[in-house]
Amino acid sequence: MYESLLNHPNNLFGQFERLRRELDDAFSVSGLPSSIRSVAAGGLPAINVGRTPNSVEVYAFAPGLDPSKVDVTIDRGVLRITGERVASLPSERQGVNVYAHERAAGRFTRAVALPDDVDPAHVKASYRDGVLLVSVARREAAQPKRIAVQ
Amino acid sequence: MSINKPTVRSDVDAELQRAVLPAVDVFEDDSGITLLADMPGVPKDQLELKVQADTLSIEGRVVSPTPEGLEAVYAEVRIPRYRRTFTLSRELDASKVDASLKDGVLTLRIPKQAHAQPRRIEVQAG
Repeated sequence: MYESLLNHPNNLFGQFERLRRELDDAFSVSGLPSSIRSVAAGGLPAINVGRTPNSVEVYAFAPGLDPSKVDVTIDRGVLRITGERVASLPSERQGVNVYAHERAAGRFTRAVALPDDVDPAHVKASYRDGVLLVSVARREAAQPKRIAVQ
Repeated sequence: MSINKPTVRSDVDAELQRAVLPAVDVFEDDSGITLLADMPGVPKDQLELKVQADTLSIEGRVVSPTPEGLEAVYAEVRIPRYRRTFTLSRELDASKVDASLKDGVLTLRIPKQAHAQPRRIEVQAG
């Protein structure tokens, strides 16, 4: 199904499109638990969390940010990512028509509860291709150890 | 330790077909249309733009650095692919589309054909 580039977002088809997207989102994740701190679909940024034996990796899908204005804090086991995305739509100028405005803008905060065994002193954060990756090391005691049998 | 699951071909194909719609902003001024699309995690070499007749399609694959032994704990982005298709109208010049990808935001500029741009018509004094 092709959506016309010139469809107005508020017309009837725009509404159908929105409905379709919501159904898509609802069914593709059906049955899977969501985080108590998750945000509505389409919000910013989406978060994936992974774990390795020696670190916890948090991926925040936050395109178009200035990395110097992103704040990453860890407080009592909760990782908090705060930032702001500047709206990229032209301000009300003469002769500019806006047809779609789906990209979220403004300030955002996302929080992720980290497991108890992380070491907040060893955190690395990098921003690449619009994905903020925060890597938090886990304490040595939590890492699997091989015990030699005498 | 890890069990190698046999790869089921049809599952892989089905996964390739699934994609999420990227959020877009589209606006038009006198000389053309600008389209911004959020595609976080897509590097330049995984982005594919196609113009075929009057159809513009955007597709990108998410590549994220995964350390060894990574297991997913929680995921909101489950389908690592974006795809969206648009129909262009005739007054747009699809051969002159300008594209750039920065920090996961794709910016496309589609100019209007020269004859479709507004012109001021001088009124001759008679």
